[in-house]
Amino acid sequence: MSRVHDMGGRFGDGPVQPEPETEVFHADWHPRALAVTLACGSLDQWNIDTSRHARERLAPKDYAAFSYYEKWLAGLADMLVDKGVLTPEELSSGHAAGPSPLADRKLTADAVTGVLARGGPADRPAQIAATFARGDRVRTRRHAHNAFVDGGHTRLPDYAAGATGRIVRLHGHHVLPDAAAHGLGDRPEPVYAVAFAASELWARPEHPRDEVVLDLWQSYLEPAT
Amino acid sequence: MPHDHHDHDHAHALLPPDPALRVKALETILTEKGLIDPAALDEIIDTYENRIGPRNGAHVVARAWSDPAFRAALLEDATAVVSELGYYGRQGEHMVAVENTEDTHNMVVCTLCSCYPWPLLGIPPAWYKSDAYRARAVREPRKVLADFGVTLPEDTAVRVWDSTAEVRYLVIPQRPAGTEGLDEAALMDLVTRDSMIGTGLALRP
Repeated sequence: MSRVHDMGGRFGDGPVQPEPETEVFHADWHPRALAVTLACGSLDQWNIDTSRHARERLAPKDYAAFSYYEKWLAGLADMLVDKGVLTPEELSSGHAAGPSPLADRKLTADAVTGVLARGGPADRPAQIAATFARGDRVRTRRHAHNAFVDGGHTRLPDYAAGATGRIVRLHGHHVLPDAAAHGLGDRPEPVYAVAFAASELWARPEHPRDEVVLDLWQSYLEPAT
Repeated sequence: MPHDHHDHDHAHALLPPDPALRVKALETILTEKGLIDPAALDEIIDTYENRIGPRNGAHVVARAWSDPAFRAALLEDATAVVSELGYYGRQGEHMVAVENTEDTHNMVVCTLCSCYPWPLLGIPPAWYKSDAYRARAVREPRKVLADFGVTLPEDTAVRVWDSTAEVRYLVIPQRPAGTEGLDEAALMDLVTRDSMIGTGLALRP
């Protein structure tokens, strides 16, 4: 069973509210929340999959009630305590009990541009051969679950579980989020863009030729007959 | 099988309930511990408020419209091409460009979180991160397009890209009719952020 973040195809969310391109942040604290989160990433205590999972594992009532950056802050606070960077007492009191042994990793202002520009590529050299080629028909895992950790992180959305599609592109070998989110190593494997007919995914597709394409790891897929 | 044992940790609940105070508290504690440099935060904010935004993507699209060799290279290996223009970086490490045609309209969503090509489009708009967009874009893209005032021809297929991995997609909108004489700078003004996500079309001159 998936978590509350896995909302693709859900009914009942109402209209999308467009907004002008000039609106980047909607409250004074939003850019601060973004910056604190990015700066903490430089301490190198977690990876992107850990941080996604930290937001996903918020209690469903919190996930639903929190705005976007509130989810970021909650996930960040939980990770900082999980990884021993901060203590619960420090969070409660609002002050540090003492300096951190990680202080030499602090992101400095002069390093920001370089760090953001370097990014964090997900591709890795890997031995696992790509077993599918463009045009091949594949079926996804029947259930959108993490194969290593019960209730763990995965990037197969529930709406595309057990569906048959076709390979449209090979993206190379990327870190497997299901492992990386849980400290189980990078375990890189081929990632493919897989196209699914809308009629394969939805009871009443809007148009017979519409498609949804997902990027899926090789271990999520099996050959479809 | 090990269970994800963190389900009931709620360290975040120890922070003040008001989100503005929550950020301030975290920043204070982290600064006191020597883990955060407030000047670095200002630098990050300035980057995403003023230096990185959808004009980067518009530059790429305008050039693709006016230079066939550039367009071909972009469709072949977008990461290499945008890197050369200086648009590589966090959340844009693996770029793929997809082109709208009479036959197919492309649209991008991330149903699991809010993955978005930051170096080309900046920080995603609130609607892109909303539950409504994440839930509906894959199931009823045409109704979502209608929320943006966009109607496609009946025989145009919609292809929705759900960014489930670290690959980020840039939609190249169709070049509007009547733009033959325009230079790159004038073309850039027709390329909106939404047209590069696929929830809008390029503007007409």
